[in-house]
Amino acid sequence: MKQFTILDKKDTRSGFGVGLLEAGRKNPNVVALCADLVGSLKMDAFIKEFPERFFQVGIAEANMMGVAAGLTIGGKIPFTGTFANFSTGRVYDQIRQSIAYSDKNVKICASHAGLTLGEDGATHQILEDLGMMRMLPGMTVINPCDFNQTKAATMAIAEHHGPVYLRFGRPVVPVFISEDTPFIIGKALMLNEGADVSIFATGHMVWKAIEAGHILAERGIDAEIINIHTIKPLDKEAILESVKKTGCAVSAEEHQLNGGLGDAIAHVLTSNYPSPLEMVAVQDTFGESGTPDELMVKYGLTSTAIVDAAERAIKRKKEVLA
Amino acid sequence: MESVIQDSTPKTLEELKDISSQVRRDIVRMVHGVGNGHPGGALGCTEYFVALYFHLMKHNPDFKMDGIGEDLCFLSNGHISAVWYSVLARSGYFPVAELSTHRKINSRLQGHPTTHEGLPGIRMASGSLGQGLSVAVGAAQAKKLNGDNHLVYVLMGDGEQDEGQIWEAAMYAAHHKVDNLIATVDWNGQQIDGPTVKVMDLKDLPAKYRAFGWEVIILENGNDMAELIKTYEHAKTLTGKGSPVAIMMKTGMGYGVDFMMGSHKWHGVAPNDDQLAQALAQLPETLGDF
Ligand SMILES: Cc1ncc(C[n+]2csc(CCOP(=O)(O)OP(=O)(O)O)c2C)c(N)n1
Repeated sequence: MKQFTILDKKDTRSGFGVGLLEAGRKNPNVVALCADLVGSLKMDAFIKEFPERFFQVGIAEANMMGVAAGLTIGGKIPFTGTFANFSTGRVYDQIRQSIAYSDKNVKICASHAGLTLGEDGATHQILEDLGMMRMLPGMTVINPCDFNQTKAATMAIAEHHGPVYLRFGRPVVPVFISEDTPFIIGKALMLNEGADVSIFATGHMVWKAIEAGHILAERGIDAEIINIHTIKPLDKEAILESVKKTGCAVSAEEHQLNGGLGDAIAHVLTSNYPSPLEMVAVQDTFGESGTPDELMVKYGLTSTAIVDAAERAIKRKKEVLA
Repeated sequence: MESVIQDSTPKTLEELKDISSQVRRDIVRMVHGVGNGHPGGALGCTEYFVALYFHLMKHNPDFKMDGIGEDLCFLSNGHISAVWYSVLARSGYFPVAELSTHRKINSRLQGHPTTHEGLPGIRMASGSLGQGLSVAVGAAQAKKLNGDNHLVYVLMGDGEQDEGQIWEAAMYAAHHKVDNLIATVDWNGQQIDGPTVKVMDLKDLPAKYRAFGWEVIILENGNDMAELIKTYEHAKTLTGKGSPVAIMMKTGMGYGVDFMMGSHKWHGVAPNDDQLAQALAQLPETLGDF
């Protein structure tokens, strides 16, 4: 198992803040909007440098999506910023009609996704956003795993034409992707080659997958770990190539079991190469208040849950072969 | 209709002020205990909740979801849950000791109010802003359909007025003559990113509600218990006359703790140990801390 060094510990939303500033410097058409959460979204640096390219919309997310759609018509590249819940469920039809269906070049940037939002509780902890966004035709859906990857993704989506949902989080987590790792939309990132089981992880679960890889290695299991940062378009080739080699898979995401990465991979596998797949995800329940770590443990989003899932997947593979 | 009311005996002004001081202690201790939360708006709305639950509303701490035969209270700006939890506990809905679990794992006192864990006193989840007025309007209409002659109260934030759904509900309530409703805006002039005039100027907010067909009262000092009670007693006399009633309640964000007052900085930050001690020194303990 390859060693990964923790380069630093930072929140992914700060990666977004830095990436937005860089994107703004590179392209004068990049503009930003926020719904009364500038500090939480780390948009201050962009606002300071480009005050005339920032629009405060107040607590009015539906209006923000519509205004963003309109700004694209003049050739602007709007980045909207609010929490993941208010970026998706709150404004689904505005995104559907004015952005996705109308093919508008809006970048929906969503912080505080998932359980790790913590103490604010279930009203704010959206666990269905990847599903909702994946279902929209033409939408690109990205869930980066650390500060560096979020920064790179933010800059990459500015260059990409079309609607994008970019999801990141609140807590401080390990930075382990090197700064010079290119971010290619739709291209899975191989983290560790292995032969016994394929672990496909996204967002905050990628570091946990690496931790799981070490535990599995101690048990003599050689896990392949692949970072699926782009949920849509999904890198089918990378998934199939890996599972054809290992014969079984685990998905890991900070999201509801229904509709997320696991479902997307299941679709690829059942249609092309039916193989055992174990999903690590929230089991069709709402979250609650608590510290991010407590919640990840209570709802089974841990490295040990990935280890257990890998062992189950391998057992099923052997049963099929026997 | 069978009445389930245990009429809370209206308290004297002095008693209400004492309760308010204890509730403020509860708020700062709750957010300090977990290290996060929203003290600013909660402190500012203390008189409102204390007056409702200890003086103005007919309500039943032996909680029933349908609330038939009693006045109802909804909190739309759910982030100020700490004040509501304190007042619910202090008026007998659940044990005061439970306040120490606020925002912690396995608690019924979620960061934002929810019905999911079955906390007595809560009838809808709130936290995603802008939704509470609609629910309160529906509950008020259910009362009318049931021939239930009690009132529905709902509190909203002023920043929350940015949400379009508020205005959909405002238009609907006037159109449908929902006149058994007293909606209040916590008009503290602050939201997360700064003063409302800078973030999203509400301009003439009372005039907006009037133009939508509401009876509007301005409460100049929502932290003055006597003035607040007088205003709500007056508001009650305006119900049942064909229009919904709105109170624009001017409050001080963070009221009662000098260093938290008047700034959005304390919207969503917990005090540290020193700040807690400083805050508690300004708030006499009157009913006993949890
Ligand atoms: C739909 C929605 N958008 C954004 C937020 C994040 N948020 C929580 S409180 C708040 C500001 C609320 O301002 P106001 O209603 O004036 O309350 P106050 O700051 O006075 O407590 C915001 C933007 C939210 N909870 N819900």
